[in-house]
Amino acid sequence: MAMLNFLKRGLKKTKDGFFGRAISMIKGGITAEKLEDIQELLLLSDVGPETSEYIIEKMRKEKGDPVEVLRNTLIDLLGIDERLKFSQIPPTVYTLVGVNGSGKTTTAGKLAWRFKRDGKRVILAAADTFRAAAIEQLKEWGKRAGVPVIAHQMGADVGAVAYDAVKHAISNGIDLVIIDTAGRLHTKDNLMRELEKIHKVISKLSSNQPTETLLVLDATIGQNAIQQARIFDKSVGLTGIVLTKLDGTAKGGMILSIKKELGIPVKLIGIGESVEDLRDFDTFKFVDALLE
Amino acid sequence: MFENLQERLSEAFKLLKGKGKITENNVREALRQVKMSLLSADVNYKVVKEFMDKVTSKALGEKVIKSVTPDQQFVKIVNDELIDLLGGKEHGLDLKSRPSIILMVGLQGSGKTTVAAKLAFWLKKKSGRNPLLVADDIYRPAAIEQLEILGKSIDVPVFVGDRKDSYKIAKEAVNFATMKGNDVVIVDTAGRLQIDEEMMKEVEKIADLTKPDEILMVLDSMAGQDVVNAAAEFDRRLTITGFVVTKLDGDSRGGVALSAKYVTGKSIKFVGVGEKLDQLDVFYPDRMASRILGMGDVVSLVEKVQENLDKKKMEEMEKRLRKAQFTFDDFQEQLKQVKKMGSLSSVLEMIPGVPKMKNIKVDEDQLVHVEAIINSMTKEERANPGIINFSRKKRIAAGSGRTLSEVSKLIKSYENMKKMIKQFGKLEKRGKLGKFPFQFK
Ligand SMILES: Nc1nc2c(ncn2[C@@H]2O[C@H](COP(=O)(O)OP(=O)(O)OP(=O)(O)O)[C@@H](O)[C@H]2O)c(=O)[nH]1
Ligand SMILES: Nc1nc2c(ncn2[C@@H]2O[C@H](COP(=O)(O)OP(=O)(O)OP(=O)(O)O)[C@@H](O)[C@H]2O)c(=O)[nH]1
Ligand SMILES: [Mg+2]
Ligand SMILES: [Mg+2]
Repeated sequence: MAMLNFLKRGLKKTKDGFFGRAISMIKGGITAEKLEDIQELLLLSDVGPETSEYIIEKMRKEKGDPVEVLRNTLIDLLGIDERLKFSQIPPTVYTLVGVNGSGKTTTAGKLAWRFKRDGKRVILAAADTFRAAAIEQLKEWGKRAGVPVIAHQMGADVGAVAYDAVKHAISNGIDLVIIDTAGRLHTKDNLMRELEKIHKVISKLSSNQPTETLLVLDATIGQNAIQQARIFDKSVGLTGIVLTKLDGTAKGGMILSIKKELGIPVKLIGIGESVEDLRDFDTFKFVDALLE
Repeated sequence: MFENLQERLSEAFKLLKGKGKITENNVREALRQVKMSLLSADVNYKVVKEFMDKVTSKALGEKVIKSVTPDQQFVKIVNDELIDLLGGKEHGLDLKSRPSIILMVGLQGSGKTTVAAKLAFWLKKKSGRNPLLVADDIYRPAAIEQLEILGKSIDVPVFVGDRKDSYKIAKEAVNFATMKGNDVVIVDTAGRLQIDEEMMKEVEKIADLTKPDEILMVLDSMAGQDVVNAAAEFDRRLTITGFVVTKLDGDSRGGVALSAKYVTGKSIKFVGVGEKLDQLDVFYPDRMASRILGMGDVVSLVEKVQENLDKKKMEEMEKRLRKAQFTFDDFQEQLKQVKKMGSLSSVLEMIPGVPKMKNIKVDEDQLVHVEAIINSMTKEERANPGIINFSRKKRIAAGSGRTLSEVSKLIKSYENMKKMIKQFGKLEKRGKLGKFPFQFK
């Protein structure tokens, strides 16, 4: 329930109880005006014009309690919760990818902490050799989580870092390798190719890897997230999303469009800046927070 | 010689008729599209609503210029209002104190540390300043190291103090700068949420202690609907002096720039366009407006028509056309107008609703030849083409470097055109035709 409280706290602060009002309003039946209020609610939560339209259409057409129709439409859009997978043959490899500043390095640290706590043998790999002090940052997270960090120096070839990390994991019986990569805008072809190269190196060493390629998305961003997901997915094949910074007041409604259009599920959420501020995504809680 | 051209042009210009005034009815579709576009650009919903209401009521009743539709003109009006709103006076930095303090604030990961270093580099290079960077983010892992590395790469000193007490670091940094003769002090702070009371108090206190000339809030251009709330709260608590919008090197539409300006009234002073430290740019309201609105082709069509169709000349020409007094001087004038609008084909391409012309190539050489021929006529000949006899034709051909038959064809076309004009005139009197101000025939 900790997450729900986090989400709820955020909601109350910005919306002045607006969601609550909207929901109680439609309880009595739908009118055009009420639908407009719902649309406003959705748009302000970054659901985006198209998906909002889709949801409103559903509400217009489908019979039954409008609150339930709305809730079920959102739940249907998000689908069944999916969890992080593990490789049958160790090591399991996760790569974290995404645009600049979304929370990749922080999430890598949190993941390392979580699985270390669960008794797994974990290493972190510093495959961001570009951003100033990215390696030092990951090393600090390694310290917090109590796991080793495989790193080269700044400017080093990131393929080589990934290679070393996976190789090390194979020969030392490591269960999980978490690879932090540099932030890159999806519009930069050369940087996207670099990411593809990392993946090629990994899959050569250990087929079917990485087990998870997670797009780290900042919940405060808007419709650009859809394009990010599309391009990263095309480039390296995403298996899931980590939605960070949900401890703020942003709702992250753009994940509805991403799931609807690309079928990529959110697997984790970030709710703060310390090691334990990572949760499995829970559709029901997310939807309830959206509609509270 | 240019039958095809005539056909194409008359078809194109048929579409370009003035339609009176802007009414709620005739811009309904444009209004819907503009709203959708702004929402897709992540402009805050409430801002979209308010802004569009204002613009619409202002635009109602405005005369639609000839050659564009009310929808097109409306889009142009929205664009102008956007530029107006995003613009404003104080875009530069106001660094009056010595040393002058610049405080960087904002949400996590927006780009504060990078912009701090970029600004230091900018001030050093462009204004000959002697900046000091201050690493006052004591929370994020390796934030201090990050700034140290960036400072080193641009040869700007970085003050780190005791690396623990953000108030002490800030105070000492100002003293340090005074002592060392640094005239600008750029203070990097930790990323924070506007609802994090403790952290908001921290940055308020840092601002109190350092009395900055500039408090710049750094906004990620990818920001969604909610970030304007953060901007409003940071402004309420700190009275920020402006924004820096980052990561515009991507394909985000950057609606947050509009929302933040609209809600706080504070200007956007710089934009970040890359990870490298020289990738900082001054803010151009017009570029930002067109990026957010995303309807650049319609806007530039209207602009071109507005700018380049010299209204008076066109009206005069229309009068002459109607009186069938059309001479080669007029013809030349028309050619000039077309040329001013860029190439003929680019003009055609820009006209919405002319898709079938897309794959027809307009022979622009032909226009050049026609112009050459007309240029070789004497003043008298141009004003009074009736006098062009065989020997004059020969002279014109020689002078223009075209063949005699080309000259003859042009004159023949001219005569046809004159006949056509007479017919148009008659038809119009009977009310069968709209206005044809721009006919070649
Ligand atoms: N409030 C909050 N802040 C977060 C969360 N996740 C990350 N952050 C903060 O966001 C900022 C950026 O996080 P990083 O992990 O450095 O992001 P990154 O994607 O690795 O950034 P680059 O490597 O520069 O592209 C840091 O200040 C983090 O502390 C979260 O869930 N909540
Ligand atoms: N492509 C691009 N990346 C940028 C731009 N500005 C900053 N970045 C990147 O965005 C990420 C975050 O930048 P930082 O300067 O660390 O952001 P910050 O606001 O200091 O982050 P915190 O201190 O964690 O809150 C880094 O990867 C930067 O390289 C920009 O204009 N374009
Ligand atoms: Mg990182
Ligand atoms: Mg920083």
